[in-house]
Formats: sequence, structure tokens, C-alpha cells
Amino acid sequence: MVKQICYEDVEIGSEVTPLEKIATTRMLVQYAGASGDFNPLHYEDDFARNLGVGRPIVHGLLKRAWLVNLMTDWIGSKGKLRKLSCRYRGVDYPRKMKTLDEPLDGDTWWCRGRVTRKFVEGEEYLVECEIWVENGNKEKTTTGSAVAALPLKL
Amino acid sequence: MAAFVVTDRLKQLIGHKEGPIVFKVEEGAIQRYAQAVGDSNPLHSDVEYAAGSEWGRLMAPPGFTGWPVAKGFDMFKVVEKLIQAGAPAGLLDGGVEYDFMAPIGAGDTLVAVVNLASIEGRETKMGPTMVTTIETTYTNQRGIVVLIARNTFLNF
Repeated sequence: MVKQICYEDVEIGSEVTPLEKIATTRMLVQYAGASGDFNPLHYEDDFARNLGVGRPIVHGLLKRAWLVNLMTDWIGSKGKLRKLSCRYRGVDYPRKMKTLDEPLDGDTWWCRGRVTRKFVEGEEYLVECEIWVENGNKEKTTTGSAVAALPLKL
Repeated sequence: MAAFVVTDRLKQLIGHKEGPIVFKVEEGAIQRYAQAVGDSNPLHSDVEYAAGSEWGRLMAPPGFTGWPVAKGFDMFKVVEKLIQAGAPAGLLDGGVEYDFMAPIGAGDTLVAVVNLASIEGRETKMGPTMVTTIETTYTNQRGIVVLIARNTFLNF
């Protein structure tokens, strides 16, 4: 397990440990099944083309889940995620598959964040972060913010 | 171009509710969801590890409320009602905002109620746009509100 991050370890401007993600067509099918969101926009070429997005795109809700994952990995088992919001600003296209479980070369996404505020509310020591998903061209295709409670060192 | 004008007919729908929708949070559903989003925390996948944790059971990653998540898409019924009442038919998912109030874990039964919280007229790059906020409140079997989700939709 990674060392637990504490409220005192964090300053305004501190980086949230980045999280790497590679969206693949296989992953979108897996997410569709696991979430029950069977919108063909995410797996059928003609359907996506007719909607004007070219080809199947990554679920906004999957990118939302990546941002949750970014925060929960960073705050560790003693941290508590209190709020998270995100806005979908651009579409992302998954890599296609080369083998059963290996994708072709292509885009790699990074989930990133930065601490924008530290404050105490009631008995909780909270940090607010701006968070985003960045595509291979460093464009922020999903942006948002999160608030989490962190433990104290003592 | 001008801001979208919210008519009285649309305003009457503010406060409209859908539900209750019942979600059962199953162990296998949590595991499959965590795997699909690539969340490697054993609290969401390893039953034995989770049993020994402070929670004593497999926990759902924040934002997972049971399968299918699409059940919460009853919010689209609200959007359809708006379009029937004269809202523009172009639709974009603007995003979501969550308040995580209490943990959700395997074995929980959640009841969700969808509420049309607000309608606003704006001008965006798509032209006159109606911005709708739909709030879904999830309550567990002990009567504790565990999650509030606010989804924003743009009709243009």
C-alpha cells in the first residue's frame, strides 16, 4: 500500500498524483456491461457516425469514474471523498485492439489534479482540488473539482 | 441570438419527480464495475480483504449505486417531458455534481428519487439554450441519504 497522505502534507498548488488511463474499444464494451449503459454510441460505428461524432466515443460517465479513481487513489484509505463534479468538454476516441487484450498504439490519457484550497469544516480537514482528464494532445476533455477530507498526522 | 426564454409551461415542470427507483447493491456488480473503470483498490474487489477492513464488506467506488446505473436514467423521462412541453430537442449531457454523504456497500438497498430542480434560460455557442438541473437523492435501507447527484442537461 502507498503511504497515507495527510492534511499537513498538502499545500495549495500541490499536485494530485497523476493516474494513467488507456481507453480501448474493449474497455468501452466492458464498461457498458458493468454499468448497464448500453447506448450504441459507445460501440457501434454507423450509429456514432449518424450522430455526428465520427466513431464511437468514450462514455462521459467512464471519464467521471476515472476522476473518482484519481481522487480515491490519492487520498488513500483514511481519506474520504466528499464531493466531485465534472463537465464533459470534448469527446475522446478509444484505441482499437491489436490482440485479445492488447490495444494498438495511440492516445494515452492522464487524469490530473491540483490543490486549490485547504479548509476546516466542523471536525473535518478538507482539501479542494481542480481535476481533469487530459488526452494525448494535452487537451482537457473533462474538467471538474473535488473536495476530500484528509487525516491529520498526529 | 438571445437567451432561451423559459415559458410558463416549462416552469410548471420544476419540482416534477420520478421514482422511487430501487437499486440493490450486489457484490459481483461492485467487482465488475471496479474492474471496468480500472480501480485497483482491493476494497472494491477482494471480498476477504474487504471483510477485514473497517467496513467489514465490499464497498462501492464513489458514484456507483448498483447495476444498472442506467436505472438512474429515469432522469431522461424528465428530459422527455420537457421536450414535450416545448424545450428544444437538441440534447447534451453537461456534467454531474456529487455529494457523497455516506458510504455505499454490498448488500445495501438504495431508493432513488429524481427531481427536476431548476430550469434556466441562457445563450450559449449553440444558440438559445435551456439548462436543466436534475437532482437524484439516494437513501439506503436505514433511511440515511447516502448520495445526491445533480446532473446538468443542455437543450438547444
